[in-house]
Amino acid sequence: MWRDALLVAGKDLRIERRSRVAVNQILPVALAMLMLFGFALDPDSPVLARATPGLFWVVVLFVTVLAVERSFSLESADGVRDALRLSGLHPGGIFLGKFAALAAQLAALQVVLGFGVVVLFGRDLAGYPLLLATLVAATAGIAAAGTLYGVLAAGLRVRETLLPLLLLPVLAPVLIAATRAFETALDGVPSDGWPWFNLLAVFALIYTGFGILAFGSLLEDS
Amino acid sequence: MEPVIHFRSAVSLLGRFPALAGVDLEVDPGEIVLLRGPNGAGKSTLLKVCSGLLPVAAGTARVLGVDLTEDRHSIRPRVGLLGHATFLYDELTVADNVEFWARAARADLDDAHHAMDRLGLAGRLRDVRVARLSAGQRRRVAIAVLLSRRPELWLLDEPHAGLDADGRDLLDGLVVEAARAGATVLFASHELDRALSVAHRVVTIAGGVITTDEPITGATGPTAHTVGRPDDVVDVGRPDDVA
Repeated sequence: MWRDALLVAGKDLRIERRSRVAVNQILPVALAMLMLFGFALDPDSPVLARATPGLFWVVVLFVTVLAVERSFSLESADGVRDALRLSGLHPGGIFLGKFAALAAQLAALQVVLGFGVVVLFGRDLAGYPLLLATLVAATAGIAAAGTLYGVLAAGLRVRETLLPLLLLPVLAPVLIAATRAFETALDGVPSDGWPWFNLLAVFALIYTGFGILAFGSLLEDS
Repeated sequence: MEPVIHFRSAVSLLGRFPALAGVDLEVDPGEIVLLRGPNGAGKSTLLKVCSGLLPVAAGTARVLGVDLTEDRHSIRPRVGLLGHATFLYDELTVADNVEFWARAARADLDDAHHAMDRLGLAGRLRDVRVARLSAGQRRRVAIAVLLSRRPELWLLDEPHAGLDADGRDLLDGLVVEAARAGATVLFASHELDRALSVAHRVVTIAGGVITTDEPITGATGPTAHTVGRPDDVVDVGRPDDVA
């Protein structure tokens, strides 16, 4: 399973390296959203400062939808989905591979978005251990749920519109927990944020475990 | 010797529609069987059922000794399906695609490289993205993927589509060679003259049932005009975007 995961992750990252869709299309969308929030809320206002953690994670959730859609459109073209089923690859390995590639791309996007928040919103970062731990746990949870719902929607003709409808409500706990953790890291007492991190870690573990078990059935039936 | 394909009254449903409505078919090891029939007769469905992609709803269906009504997953790595789709990632190069699917099937990478060489893909096309290839060139890449996996059962659905004359000869030669090496081939084709030159038997399917099953009269086995061609390295031209 691990070998298959590495193979699939390598393939997805190689496709991104060659096509640069995340860099040339998804990242600019994310930065544009950050700028629009800045225009709407006035960079000098305290409202923007207070809302920064929530805005950051809202942007992450929207780009997640784009990234998941992109990840599974690759598997829907030219019968590749059937080829995956015939390949002999372990379904859990396919899940982990797509999860890992998606998580890596989302993590890279979040690092750039973090710089965007510092530059565009004038926020100073603080509470680094909690920030980084939250980033890792939230990214894992988002990528795991995204991969699971991505394959569920991939077989449908209306996947572009259905995917956000399915995925965004599921990711609401991540949005809330990650926002609270970031708020306490940036403005409060960082130690108060660790329970939110724990929630994110549990979410990530549940969805990763469920994904490994259920991905094969979803690949077959959806 | 147990047949590679053994179907008795096999039924497969597409939704509620019986795409296979009671198929009786037996194919022995090393046989090349041509599947013919009008559009919508059930040829593609039968090939997909044999590959384990589609389920069997009723009847008996054994492929490579595996009962498909109980387990249609374990045979998948042992069959090679070449369908209307080419199963390729557009953004990856020819070599990336062939190597990825070979690794997925635990095949030897040397076999993958040899397959690319045989299909005329080892030269300047090797590092070209599949999205830039013509339909015929894509088909050659798909055949290279199939060849590198060394399947025990070849399932080919209109395999000549998109190929030029050299490519068609090459494919026929590969089919004959695979059968001689012990693989079994079931293929659907509308190109009867060409298909009859390599097949041992012709099976006709209509309305989801087998209507005729005949050996080819005077067939000398797979000694068609194509034998000897596979070792040739064929220049398949340039990618579409190269002037």
